[in-house]
Amino acid sequence: MSHIVIDKNRCKGCYLCIEECPKKLLKIGDKVNNLGVHLVEFDDPNNECLGCAMCATRCPDMAITEVYKG
Amino acid sequence: MTECLTKTNKKVLTKGNYAIANAAVIAGCECYFGYPITPQSEIGEFMSGKMQELKRAYVSAESELAAINMVIGACSTGAKAMTSSSSCAVSLMQEALSYAASDQLPVVLVSVMRGGPGLGNIYPSQGDYNQATIGGGNGDYKLIVLAPATVQECVDLTYKAFYLAHKYKNPTVLLADGLLGQMMEPVEFTDYPYPEVDNSSWALTGAKGRPARVIRSYAPSADDQCEFLENLHAKYKLIEENETDWEEFNTEDADIILVSFGSPARNTKSAMKHCRKLGLKVGFLRPITLYPFPSKRIAELAQTAKKFISVEINMGQMIRDIKLAVNGKVPVELINKPVGNPPSVEEIVERIIKESEE
Amino acid sequence: MTTLTQTFKIPESIKKGSKFSFCPGCDHGVAVRLVAEVLDELGLRENTIAVASIGCSVTLYDFLEVDTIEAPHGRALAEATGVKRARPNKTVFTYQGDGDFASIGMAESLHCALRGENVTAICINNTTYGMTGGQLGPTTLLGQVTTTSPTGRNVEYYGYPIKIAEHVALCDGTAYSARVSLDTVPNIRKAKAAIKKAFEIQNKGLGFSFVEILSTCPTNWKKTPQQAHQRVREEMMPVFVPGVYKDITEKNN
Repeated sequence: MSHIVIDKNRCKGCYLCIEECPKKLLKIGDKVNNLGVHLVEFDDPNNECLGCAMCATRCPDMAITEVYKG
Repeated sequence: MTECLTKTNKKVLTKGNYAIANAAVIAGCECYFGYPITPQSEIGEFMSGKMQELKRAYVSAESELAAINMVIGACSTGAKAMTSSSSCAVSLMQEALSYAASDQLPVVLVSVMRGGPGLGNIYPSQGDYNQATIGGGNGDYKLIVLAPATVQECVDLTYKAFYLAHKYKNPTVLLADGLLGQMMEPVEFTDYPYPEVDNSSWALTGAKGRPARVIRSYAPSADDQCEFLENLHAKYKLIEENETDWEEFNTEDADIILVSFGSPARNTKSAMKHCRKLGLKVGFLRPITLYPFPSKRIAELAQTAKKFISVEINMGQMIRDIKLAVNGKVPVELINKPVGNPPSVEEIVERIIKESEE
Repeated sequence: MTTLTQTFKIPESIKKGSKFSFCPGCDHGVAVRLVAEVLDELGLRENTIAVASIGCSVTLYDFLEVDTIEAPHGRALAEATGVKRARPNKTVFTYQGDGDFASIGMAESLHCALRGENVTAICINNTTYGMTGGQLGPTTLLGQVTTTSPTGRNVEYYGYPIKIAEHVALCDGTAYSARVSLDTVPNIRKAKAAIKKAFEIQNKGLGFSFVEILSTCPTNWKKTPQQAHQRVREEMMPVFVPGVYKDITEKNN
């Protein structure tokens, strides 16, 4: 199924990806990385991800390192 | 302008500027970038025709800033590249020379000095001794500086400039003056006498089958910069040990030693000979490399000589290096012309007679 | 079971394990990634020599697995000229900010275009000097407050901002000049297409190719990354209108 991979150490918490997701599957999470940033979380309980890579295309830090469609 | 010049292996009559340009071509200069300024414009004029004829790179740059940075770009690929300029325009290049020294690139700059400061005039001058040997760029760096005194030496030291620049990965200046640039003398263009230096370990060629290479001077960490500068200066020490070059005559028993570089060295040498005829114990030393400066030899000679006299076309610049070498042991005097033709033989002899009477 | 297709990966031309050192939300990261993607797609990485400049763009070589030389401020296109003339079979590009390209480096930039040097220049326009803390630059908009235009850019003291892509397009040696924006994903895709076109034009030996990229500086603009993109749309794009200002391949077609 379509999904994304987030590298928690690359995320700087700009949250630009959140509004890009057409299915609103990204949100600010509780976990904090070594930059002190509340990480973006990918939450897709109903397998809605399209694998469109809009989030990764938007991310200025390549924190969304991989996107798969299928 | 390009007609007479190829490898001759016999004497031809030519001007200093053409001699330098043709020697650069024979040395294998692949790229010339330049902007006109008197008294060295013949170099660019010659190169514009010759480089196109040979299908090598030539650019009439929009400024000296651009020209020297084009040289840096070309040198970053390991190419033999040069620019030529004069005084107030060499001032414009100081930033890039600092970068090139930091980047450790084999930049060759021909600097044909004219009067200064500011726009000055187009008469011969040695007013840029300090600019070349101390430098006007920022940071602790050194340029190798070669100073020809004859048109033949304009050829030989141009060859050497390319060799040393590549051997030590260090910007190298051929420091001539307007007199040499415009003077005609018989010269011989031999084959380039030096081995080709292998640049393959550092040149930018595209990161094929190896990690990418970066030529940079930005050093965000102070520790890295300390280490870098120590290594850079270890290289300078090596250059000082291996490449210091000068010639000297009648110095062993001399009471007075005349020191002069470039075009005034010619009259100075004649003056020394004349003084010897008069029975005066006068010697002559001519630094051929201004950096590295023959300080060690001058210090040795200060053990026996009673006085040094620096002969220069400026207000006295090299004299400071002589004083540093002599380190207060004996007096160092100056015979100078602020700008224009060098002090005449008569002037120098007259002054020596006066000095020896004291 | 469905087969998975990878629709995004970190480009090969990005240095392994490297992380961008730009501020959060800064579009520089997107621009560098797009260049890397284009180098990958055109198979150019191993034959490319990049010229980095001064400003936030200087760290390019920390992120790209490409041979790079760092030029003094404003001199990137002079150095690129030297590289290309010495090694005409290499792909050569600069990555510069607007201050580097169009203020201190204006002479080098426009003369490189006028000579029709067969190199590509990528210029980030964020209307400020980012690395030094947000001073007024050549592209600072009228009315824009910066640390050196505390009451906003006025014509009396500062004159007008420059429209870079239009100026570059006026040079006869320019083969391609475009302005793109990174404010939305569709625009990011257009930006990539423009960068790709620029490199293709260089590979065909057609002359100078140029892409101006409207970009954000959330830190110095004192905006969130989201507000910054809104500013690009509402304030920058009406003045710096995106589009292709010159493309000699189109004319030939």
